[in-house]
Order: sequence, then structure tokens, then C-alpha cells
Amino acid sequence: MWSDHLEYKVRAITTSLDYYEVRGIVWSDHTLKESFIMRIALFATCIVDAMYPETAKSTVKILERLGHEVIFPKAQACCGQMHMNSGYMPEALPVVENHINAFDTEDYDVAVAPSGSCVASVKHQHPFLAERLGKPELKERAVAVGKRTYELSQLLVDVLGITNAAEQLGSYFPQTITYHPSCHGMRSLKLGDRQLDLLKTVGGITVNELPEADQCCGFGGTFSIKNSDVSTAMLEDKMKNICSTGASACAGGDASCLMHIGGGLSRTGAKPRTLHLADILASTMEETVSL
Amino acid sequence: MSAKDEILGRIRSALADAPVAQEVPREYRKTSDMGEAELIDLLVDRLVDYKAGVDVIDAAQIPEYVAAKLAGASSVVYPHGLDTGWLSGLGEKVEQRIDAPGARLSIAELDETSAVVTSSAVSVAESGTIILDGEPNQGRRAISLVPDHHVCIVPISSIVRLLPEAMPRLAITRPQTWISGPSATSDIELERVEGVHGPRTLDVLMVRGL
Amino acid sequence: MTQVFLGMPAGGQGNLFETEPFPKAAHRELGNTQMRKNLRHATHTIRDKRLNVVGELPDWEELRDAGSAIKNLTMANLEERLEEFEKNFTARGGIVHWARDADEANKIVTELVKATGSKEVVKVKSMATQEIGLNEHLETEGIEAFETDLAELIVQLGNDKPSHILVPAIHKNRTEVRDIFLKEMPVVDPNLTDEPAKLAEAARKHLRKKFLSAKVAISGANFALADTGTLGVVESEGNGRMCLTLPETLITVMGIEKVLPHWEDIEVFMQLLPRSSTGERMNPYTSLWTGVSEDDGPQNVHIVLLDNGRTRALADRFGRTALNCIRCSACMNVCPVYERTGGHAYGSTYPGPIGAILSPLLTGIEVEENGSLPYASSLCGACYDACPVKINIPEILVHLRGEDVDANRDKHKLPTQMDLLMKGGSWALGKGKNLGLLEKALPLGRLMSGKEKKIKKLPGIAAGWTASRDIPAPPNKSFRDWWSDEKESK
Ligand code: SF4
Repeated sequence: MWSDHLEYKVRAITTSLDYYEVRGIVWSDHTLKESFIMRIALFATCIVDAMYPETAKSTVKILERLGHEVIFPKAQACCGQMHMNSGYMPEALPVVENHINAFDTEDYDVAVAPSGSCVASVKHQHPFLAERLGKPELKERAVAVGKRTYELSQLLVDVLGITNAAEQLGSYFPQTITYHPSCHGMRSLKLGDRQLDLLKTVGGITVNELPEADQCCGFGGTFSIKNSDVSTAMLEDKMKNICSTGASACAGGDASCLMHIGGGLSRTGAKPRTLHLADILASTMEETVSL
Repeated sequence: MSAKDEILGRIRSALADAPVAQEVPREYRKTSDMGEAELIDLLVDRLVDYKAGVDVIDAAQIPEYVAAKLAGASSVVYPHGLDTGWLSGLGEKVEQRIDAPGARLSIAELDETSAVVTSSAVSVAESGTIILDGEPNQGRRAISLVPDHHVCIVPISSIVRLLPEAMPRLAITRPQTWISGPSATSDIELERVEGVHGPRTLDVLMVRGL
Repeated sequence: MTQVFLGMPAGGQGNLFETEPFPKAAHRELGNTQMRKNLRHATHTIRDKRLNVVGELPDWEELRDAGSAIKNLTMANLEERLEEFEKNFTARGGIVHWARDADEANKIVTELVKATGSKEVVKVKSMATQEIGLNEHLETEGIEAFETDLAELIVQLGNDKPSHILVPAIHKNRTEVRDIFLKEMPVVDPNLTDEPAKLAEAARKHLRKKFLSAKVAISGANFALADTGTLGVVESEGNGRMCLTLPETLITVMGIEKVLPHWEDIEVFMQLLPRSSTGERMNPYTSLWTGVSEDDGPQNVHIVLLDNGRTRALADRFGRTALNCIRCSACMNVCPVYERTGGHAYGSTYPGPIGAILSPLLTGIEVEENGSLPYASSLCGACYDACPVKINIPEILVHLRGEDVDANRDKHKLPTQMDLLMKGGSWALGKGKNLGLLEKALPLGRLMSGKEKKIKKLPGIAAGWTASRDIPAPPNKSFRDWWSDEKESK
């Protein structure tokens, strides 16, 4: 199965070997980029699909620029984390099943989502829900889908070998930004500095360090509604730190956190806005994203 | 049903799903090949960080150093198994009190004693921990607790780097006290300050040739 | 207060209950700016310290793996380990008592103290006795309990409640501590400054006589070693050593989950615990004792093994690892919610992330307001990262939310707004088709957001969001539709 090879390849990269095997052929870093076309299934995530379609388009652009084929499994809707995180497990089940049905196919090599928390949900919460509701078969399928699902920066760095966004993706964004690493990407997926490193290599960009960057922005799904006061207190500190950097935008890898932070900044009338990593990477000299 | 039977019964029913636990992976460091000079440096560094006094000396210098540390003391207690030669440098002004089986000092007497001199069983350099396990040269726990000043002899041969290396050297059936610096607290604003109920001064003599 | 369910071990009693919903308590505590300043300062100090000393150990992750596995193994064989401990502790002259719940433990301790004829006891900080409300119980029996740990002393003198498991007075700053000492200590230097060293000295003077004359001490224990029958207390100030060494009688109250299989196991936990809790390479003092030692320390040595809901937590397949907790407090020190609300908002003896799972696991999710505790988290995962025994707190929080929702399903006749939202969401997000259908309404939302292109006020529970955040105007077309139009039609 392709996915098995792929897993091997990814392991090879993370253990920093400089070759890997896909479809029975040993590839060097270079040959992969030049001659291996992957079929990548985009998991847009519900919030990006409905509220931030540009971010999904940006993701498609970046991957197509690298010569890969992007597909969009139409049966997809949502990872179900809002339901699970709110405790509505039986209600989450159809959502999770739908996702697994949509992505448990041989139709693609890897799936990608421009969201750390949705990928974390697919990888960790789906098997957990299946286990909790006593569905071993579903769990097995969930694990298989999870293994093939990547967060955008993970795919770009670990699988596609991107180390310089300006050179390899043509990314250009002449603005001063700061960067908030969302919790699930940082902790659940252990993304490390992948997103930040990509941003730093965008042409024309200035990245100012965000104080207390690792602190949660206070979103937490329905936490922001159920515990609105605490959530707001966390948001206030995050906004203060963002404003202190003098950046005109705060970048991140999760549309939901960005909507939260952006919603707060908009309400207080603060200058910085929020922008998804994918939109910055997709921005080029010819087609520069404006703020 | 007795409380014991009931609790054990509850445990049995709680574990009715028979969870299987994986074997314990013990991949952490269990041995080290750190040389003596480095061990000394490391332990000194840790103890100084804890605000303990530290001197690295030869066995022959013990009487001189013990005397110097106890310069202001009016009395000192020592366990019956201690090498009394170590106290031979003390002047007349320092009253020496032995604590021995059958001839124990009372708590009040210990409270009036300015200092204590003991040896130690093993020390862990990485964490700056000196372990007393109640050998006759360390005595019972009260004597190294009530006096406000503890002079502790650490034979350099008894220093290990890692805690797992110390474990086999300890006698577990006797009460143990692990000491990492003088008494301290972090209870006010989570900042460490030294000197609460245990001895407020800890002087460590790390001795070669013991 | 306790409800008993068939087939489910009894829930815990005592100080394990939230008395009002967390959001309400949090709202009040958030308004206490002094407390918030104190907490922010303290938690940020300890975070840096912890990271430094943890970073020093090249095998930190291996230690965590071992610690977590030792705990899991112990819990899977808890009955055997407890029997083994009892056998060895008894063989060395100690006496073992078993207590089903808080009441029973309080009664046992009271009897033991009364048998000595003493009217007062000195205490080493212990979460278990805090949990069962031992001091209050002893007081009703005419026995005075003196807390000897500095922070506990501050709380006791100030007639306050602990707000942290390691530093119960973390919500007070040095000046507030000084003021409490000046007001409440019978003998105190009126010129006492707020220098921490001076405050520590005042505590020393205040307690010295008590230590030297106490006949009975009560302690908790950080661990019990089954194969040797040994107990251990980890501390800093020497108040623990005083209590464990000088009195004639020593009574230890310990939760049954604190047992460890082997003597060697402490080589793991004594590396994990100090670095995680006070951010020190090692705590100043650790005492280990095995039953009675002739001629050294108390000759009358007891232990009360406490259930109080622990078996109930053990019965929860997805929650039982909460019992692996070694009470280091790292999870609360890194928690952004705890940092802002403080410990009192959690009601129970156990605050912060571990409290948000442990309290409802011990009592059952359906009692009092404990059902609101698992929601007191943004699920940011900082606690899981910090936990030295790798308790997956976020996952257990989510699991317990599920338990809470299910428990409430049967209670309410009418579905709540959240129920309806989730039901609707389940339909809308359960099929790509359905979501696509719903997305056809996006232009309508765009219209509603007006000229400013933002939504500033929503009704119902969503008002919690728009109280402090706008929602951007939705796009005219979803990505799904764009894909159909642009990619598929070509
Ligand atoms: S849950 Fe983990 S981090 Fe929190 S107090 Fe317990 S052991 Fe420490």
C-alpha cells in the first residue's frame, strides 16, 4: 500500500536519513521534489470551508505550485472536535464516521489540513472516541486515516522537504508579522518550529518574536462560550503581547484560534489582524496578499 | 465486612476489566563513568547553589576544619560511632556530647546544643544530595535535626553521580534522611529562601582518603 | 452529598466539592486583581525554574516513561501491593488501619490521638488530611491541630483556604503574609519586615516549642514502598523531619494509590518529583521510615490507608490514570486557567487541571457542581506536557465532559441550547452534503454583518463569544462551492 511506503519515508526523514523509499524506489531529497507527483487529499476543515475559503485555496495553490495533484473529497465535513470537546460523544460519532468514510480510501497518498487542532483530532481523538464507544473496527480505520493525515507545515517540511519558502514556494510577503503557535499543533502534534521556520524564510517578511508565545489564546472551542470570562482574560493577554511586537499581522496555523484572536483585536480596534500561515506562504511577488 | 475487605473488594470490582499494564521501561541512566574530579566539582556546585558551606580536604585535615567550623559553638553532639579523632581539634570551650544507645540526649538537651557532627552514607552529585542512613557514625535522626548547625563529613569515595547508583548502597530498614542543603522554603512567592526549622547552617567537608 | 450507584464504588466525601459552577466562581476570582498579580508572579517564576532543571536531565523523557509505567502497573495490581505493604509495615512494628471514606478516617485518627491523652497534634502538610477535613473534625473533638508547613501555617493563621497543593498560600504575597503574622502570631517582632527570610524566621520561632514538646504528629506520605513497608515524606523546611522524628506517636494518613511496588522505584520518583514541583534538583529533606525503629523516632507508628472515592476513580477505564498523580503541582503551575482564577475557584482540595479531573472522578461527576470542573480548561495541553507521570489530562477532561453530558441527558426534560446546537451540528457536520447545503446561506450571513463586515452581537449562548470578540463577515461562497465551480467544471 502506498501509505505504508509513505510512512517509511516520513520516518526516514524524521530520523534524518537523507534518502527514503516510496513505491519501491529509493529517492533522494532532490528526486522526490523533481519527479514524484503526489496525490494529496485536502481536508479543508469546516471552519475554513465555510468561513475562510481563501486559506483552503492558498493550501491548494502551494501544493500545486510544487507540482502535486490536489483532490477534495466532497464527502468531508468536519473532524468533530467541537462535539467531542463539548462532551457530546454520541452526536460526535456520525461526524467522525463521516470523516473516516471520506478519507479511508486508496484515492490519495496523503491528506493535509491547514489546521493543527483538526489534524490532532483526526490522529488522537478519533481513535479515542471509537474506543470509548466500543467500536474496535472504527478505531482501526481511524488510526489508519490518522497516520496518513498531515498538518500543512508537517507535510511541507517532513514530506516535501521545504526548508526555504521563498526559494521553493516563491513565497513573498513584505510585512512585519508575529506568530502564535496554536496549542494543538505545538503540543499534540509536536510541530516544533516548523511553522515559524517556514514563515521566517518567506521573501520580504520580518518576523517579530511574540512574548509568551506558548500561552494558549483562550479559544478552546466551546470553552470560549462556557467559560467566557476566563477565555477573555487569556485573550486579553495574548492581544497585549501581539500588540507589543509592533507587527501588522499575527500569523498562525489554526483558523479557529485566529478567528478568536482576530475577533478580539477587531473588537478592541487594535491594529494587527490575523492571517493564516497558508495565506502567507501562498502570497507571491506577483500576487501579494494584502492586509 | 471489615473496611479492609470492603476496600479490597472495591478494588477487585474496579479492575474487573483486567487492565494489562506494559512492562516498566527503565531506559533512564542507571550508571555513569564520571571521574572523581568531576564528581567533586559537580557536588560542590550543587551544594553551593543550596547555600551550604563546602570544603574539599584531606583526611588529616578533618580535626582542623571541624574546629574551624565550630569556632563559635559552645557545644557539639556526635553519634557514638563517629571517629572521635575528628573532634580532636576542638578547644576546651566546646563541650562534646556523645549520643549513644542507652545514653541518649533528651530533646531539650539537643535543643541547647549548638552543633552536630556526623558522617554520611552516600552522596548524589547530580542533585547535591547527602544521604544519612542511620549507621553508628551518623546516629539517630534527632541529633542531626535539632541543633542549628550541621557539620557533615562526606567521604569522597562515597560520592556517586546518579541517584540510581546510590540506591544499592543504602540500608533501607533504618530510617533515612536525604539532605540537599540547609532547610529552606519556597512557600512565599515560590522563591527559595534558606533557614527554617531544620539546621540553618550546613557545612559539608568532602574528604579524600576516607 | 454522596450518591451510591449500584455496581459503582462509593464516591469520596469531605473537601472534594465545588459548591457553585466553575464559571461563576471564576468570574468572582478574576476580579481579585491582587490575587491575580500574586499568582502570575509565582507561577511564572516556577515555570522557568522547572524548565531549567528539567532541561538538565538528558533522560527526562525516559524517567517520565518509567514513572508512568510503574504507576500503571501498580494500579493494575493494587490489591496485591497493598497487602504486601501491610505485611511488611506490620512486620516492622507499624500498625495499619483501613478507612473506607473521610468519616471513617477522621474517626480512626481521633481515636488514636485520644488514646495518647494528648489534646494537641502537630501536622506535616498532607493533601489526604486536607481532603478529609481532619483539622476541622479534630477541633470538634477538642483536639487542636497545628499546621507546621509555612504555607499551611499562613493559611491556618489567616483563616483562609488553601489554593494550591504545594504552596497553599500561593495567592498571598509577602506583604500580605507579613500582615497575617503580625496580626495572628501570639509572640512576634512588631518590626517584622516582609523579607521572605525574616518571615521564615518568624515561623521558626513560632513553632519551635511546639515541635520540641509535641507528643503526637500527623503526616501524609508521598509514597509507600510495598516490598519494604517503607513510608516517605518529601519536604523542604524541616518541619516534616521534626514531626516524623520527635513525637512519640506518628499517624500517617495516605491514599491507597500512593503505594509503589519496589524500594528502587523511588529512584525514579525522587528525580521526577522535586524538579516538577519546586523546580529544584532535589528538595532539602526527604525522610524515609520503615515501621518502628528502636531508639530512633516515634515508637508508636500508625498508617491509615484511605479509599474515599479512589476505588471509584479506579473503576473508570478512561479516568483511572488520574490516580497516578504524585501531587507535584506542575500542571497547575503551567495552567493558563489556574493562573487566572486561582485555586479557590475549583472548590475542592485539588485545584487546577488535576483537580478538574480528580475531584469529579473521586466523587462521581453527578454530585454538587463537580460536573462543571471538566469544562474549566481550554484543552491547551500544557498540563499533559508538564506532568511527570504523563497523565493525559486533556483526554480525561474530554472523557468526563462526555460523562457529564450523558448524566444530564437523563435529568433534563427539555434539551438545553447546547444540546440543540450539538444535535443540529451533528446533522450539519455529519455529511458533506448537509454542510454544503447549509453553506448556501453564507451570503445571508454576510448581509447581516452589515457595512462594517463584522458580527458584533449574537443571541443565546453565543453571546458569550460576542461579549468580547467580533465574528468576521462570512464569505460569499464556501470553499466547497468554489472547488465545484473552478476545479470540477474545468
Ligand atoms: S497531575 Fe501530573 S503534573 Fe499535575 S500534580 Fe499530578 S503528577 Fe503533577
